[in-house]
Amino acid sequence: MTSKILETDSTGLGTPPGPVRPVARRRPPGAPTALGLGSAMIFLSLIVLIPLAAVLWKSAEHGPGFFWKSVTTPDAWAALKLTVVASIIVALINLVMGTLIAWVLVRDSFPGKAVLDTLIDLPFALPTIVAGLVLLELYGADSPLGINLAYTRVGVAVALLFVTLPFVVRTVQPVLLELDRDMEQAAASLGAGNWTIFRRIILPNLLPAMVSGTALAFTRSIAEFGSTVLISGNLPFKTQVAAVQIFGQIENDNTASAAAVSTALLVVAFVVLVTLDLVQRWGSRRG
Amino acid sequence: MAERSGVTGPSVVSKYVLRVVVLAYLLFLLVLPVVLIGWKTFQHGLGPFFDALTTHEALHAFQVTFIVALWAVALNTVFGVGTAILLVRHRFPGKRILNAVIDLPLAVSPVVVGLALILVYGRFSSFGGWLEDHGIKIIFSTPGMVLATVFVALPLVVRAVVPVLEEMGDEQEQAAQTLGAGRWQTFRRITVPGIRSALAYGIVLCLARALGEYGAVAVVSGRLVGQTQTLTLYVEERFQNFEQPAAFAAATALALIAIVSLLVIKLLQRKAD
Amino acid sequence: MAIEARHINKAFGATSVLQDVSVEVPSGSLTALLGPSGGGKSTLLRVIAGLEQPDSGTVLIAGADVTRLAPQRRNVGFVFQHYAAFKHMTVFDNIAFGLQIRKRPKNEIHKRVHELLELVHLDQFAKRYPAQLSGGQRQRMALARALAVEPEVLLLDEPFGALDAQVRKELRAWLRRLHDDVHVTTVFVTHDQEEAIEVADTIVVLAGGRVEQSGSPHEVYDNPANEFVMRFLGPVTELDGRLVRPHDIELTAEPEPGSAEATVERVVRLGFEVRVEMRLGDQDAWAQVTRGLAERLRLAPGETVHVRPGPDARTLAVV
Repeated sequence: MTSKILETDSTGLGTPPGPVRPVARRRPPGAPTALGLGSAMIFLSLIVLIPLAAVLWKSAEHGPGFFWKSVTTPDAWAALKLTVVASIIVALINLVMGTLIAWVLVRDSFPGKAVLDTLIDLPFALPTIVAGLVLLELYGADSPLGINLAYTRVGVAVALLFVTLPFVVRTVQPVLLELDRDMEQAAASLGAGNWTIFRRIILPNLLPAMVSGTALAFTRSIAEFGSTVLISGNLPFKTQVAAVQIFGQIENDNTASAAAVSTALLVVAFVVLVTLDLVQRWGSRRG
Repeated sequence: MAERSGVTGPSVVSKYVLRVVVLAYLLFLLVLPVVLIGWKTFQHGLGPFFDALTTHEALHAFQVTFIVALWAVALNTVFGVGTAILLVRHRFPGKRILNAVIDLPLAVSPVVVGLALILVYGRFSSFGGWLEDHGIKIIFSTPGMVLATVFVALPLVVRAVVPVLEEMGDEQEQAAQTLGAGRWQTFRRITVPGIRSALAYGIVLCLARALGEYGAVAVVSGRLVGQTQTLTLYVEERFQNFEQPAAFAAATALALIAIVSLLVIKLLQRKAD
Repeated sequence: MAIEARHINKAFGATSVLQDVSVEVPSGSLTALLGPSGGGKSTLLRVIAGLEQPDSGTVLIAGADVTRLAPQRRNVGFVFQHYAAFKHMTVFDNIAFGLQIRKRPKNEIHKRVHELLELVHLDQFAKRYPAQLSGGQRQRMALARALAVEPEVLLLDEPFGALDAQVRKELRAWLRRLHDDVHVTTVFVTHDQEEAIEVADTIVVLAGGRVEQSGSPHEVYDNPANEFVMRFLGPVTELDGRLVRPHDIELTAEPEPGSAEATVERVVRLGFEVRVEMRLGDQDAWAQVTRGLAERLRLAPGETVHVRPGPDARTLAVV
């Protein structure tokens, strides 16, 4: 679902003013455009832009010293570190497992595959608090499986793995479906073994999707709140992730330091998404 | 496919190894949680499940959830369709930026969304204070929860509709114009039917997200029991107060809504193709 | 005049598509806008329909200035190359659309749509959806839809461009007959000179955003205004510094006044016609002759023949 989101760039102004007969003619700018654009911008500003700007403003209000002090208090720093490290690990597990899942869903066939394929999107649809509750029940103190991960970092990682599961699968799957089997057969006819075919033919074609899925999983992971609230037990220095830490600060009316940690999170997400965009552009220029 | 993979795909052994690894991973991460939800629901029969859901607090939480979700879906639908048409059918300076801004909410933590709204609309901000002086309360009240929900679900309708609008092209709309249809008639009779499935898909997606939002709503609602408590907040509150059956009943209801949404989405996706 | 376009200029970004284009379309005529792709013909058609605004210039339909009028109010029928069928409506509803917009009574709509269905031979398909029709059927539906509102003029943008060769040929003849029946002023865009010559009674040749020539098919073919028009409307070959149609070249065994000596290089039989490729000094030329003549002259590679433009041949000096 989300896979389309970052790739849909065809609406941008990237087209050169070249073709004499453009394929999709656009209406010239006029009063209705201005009116619609104005309404959309007001809506976006009131709900997204001004509030986010307020967060940045709040964190910068008392100068860079205050900002730095807020994000480096022991508990904030520990939460940020845990969030970033856990998210990197989770993203990497997703990179491998997501690709494997996509592979099995596309290339293998077994009874129940269709059900499993549908189920992959469940983490997108299931409320995060429900996910957290169910995971705590399954992997908590009363675990029917006898696995107790409650209040541990592994437990946090499991929650993050659950909510980020669809990203890599759903970006890699369509590419794999479209992948030309003739290419693999051509390689085989030239004497390439299975591993060589995977490494030299399939992997290079999947890589852009794998990277973008992994980046999306990472940004989702650092932002995650609901699913980690219950299973983490909210233990500072141990299992408290950044979003939960910010929540605590807001509860304590300490909005300034909440804003500082929020800004740090936003900056990390922004850097990852911009890097992803640059890598994709670089990749599409090459390819 | 199975026969052909014998030619070029991995060998039979690695195929089964892969299958087992993937199935085991999905079993522990995805299938068991779903089974657990089902088991918890029917563990003591349906009676206690419904009893837990029909308490006064639970019913109130349902009500708050649906009010907030309906407002958020309505706003996002209007905004989503309008913006999708702007992006696909019109040209204007700054289109790239608008396109990027729409995806912004995906990268923002729900808690940060809540904080952002509090900073602008909260009682202690100048704008929020001014509004409160005029009797308009946003934070710790329904409007704030609607704003938070709109924020987190913002891209869903736009991103569902944009590709379909692009694929549809504008020839049908131009044909309607040459036949005498005005802007509104063209929109209602040609554009809307053309994007119907995608729009429905986007709306269901948006509704599911709105019903299930927790973090952003937790921050802006103030979590006032019996007033601004949504279902997700109710789940958390009951769980923290050691009322597991109530928490699980509500969680199960939410999960069922999610699963139904998921099935509807799959159906609409297939129809759109 | 049913349509007058005066001094139309139009550019997309930095690319000029129409430059001072003026065209007149007489009432009741069937006019072809002919030219290579990118020549501006579709843009001109869209300017007439109001789907595109000209940067400058005036469009008159039935004597009224419609330059600033929205397409809805110009009362034109427009048929798109890719049909622009309303996918979610039946054939009946597609054709009825314009009438419903005009809020005509139900029974009148019903009657009119059935007349049109008959006219375009789609009577049995009224309840089908566009996806269930072939390309040619969809195009006929689009035509009926445009005719339903009794437009002042009918505009067709490459109407047969997306169809395969056989259907294309059938629909051409059918359009000609339809126009003889309905008599609505019709303008169609095509890049196929054969199509324009066969169907239209007036041809406007557009290239590089300018009108190169306009006139009857006969005039344009036989008295091309310039080298471009001559080359675009049919095959040409060069003989002694002049362009001439290959079927206008006279081949003789003996020298004749004004003839030149040529060496036959290749003889290709295409049914009853024969294509003779020759070398004249340092130039290549070819002629199209009948099989009988080719046999009488015993044309074969290496033989010498004498060539000159025939007595009625139209020739054009190469600039």
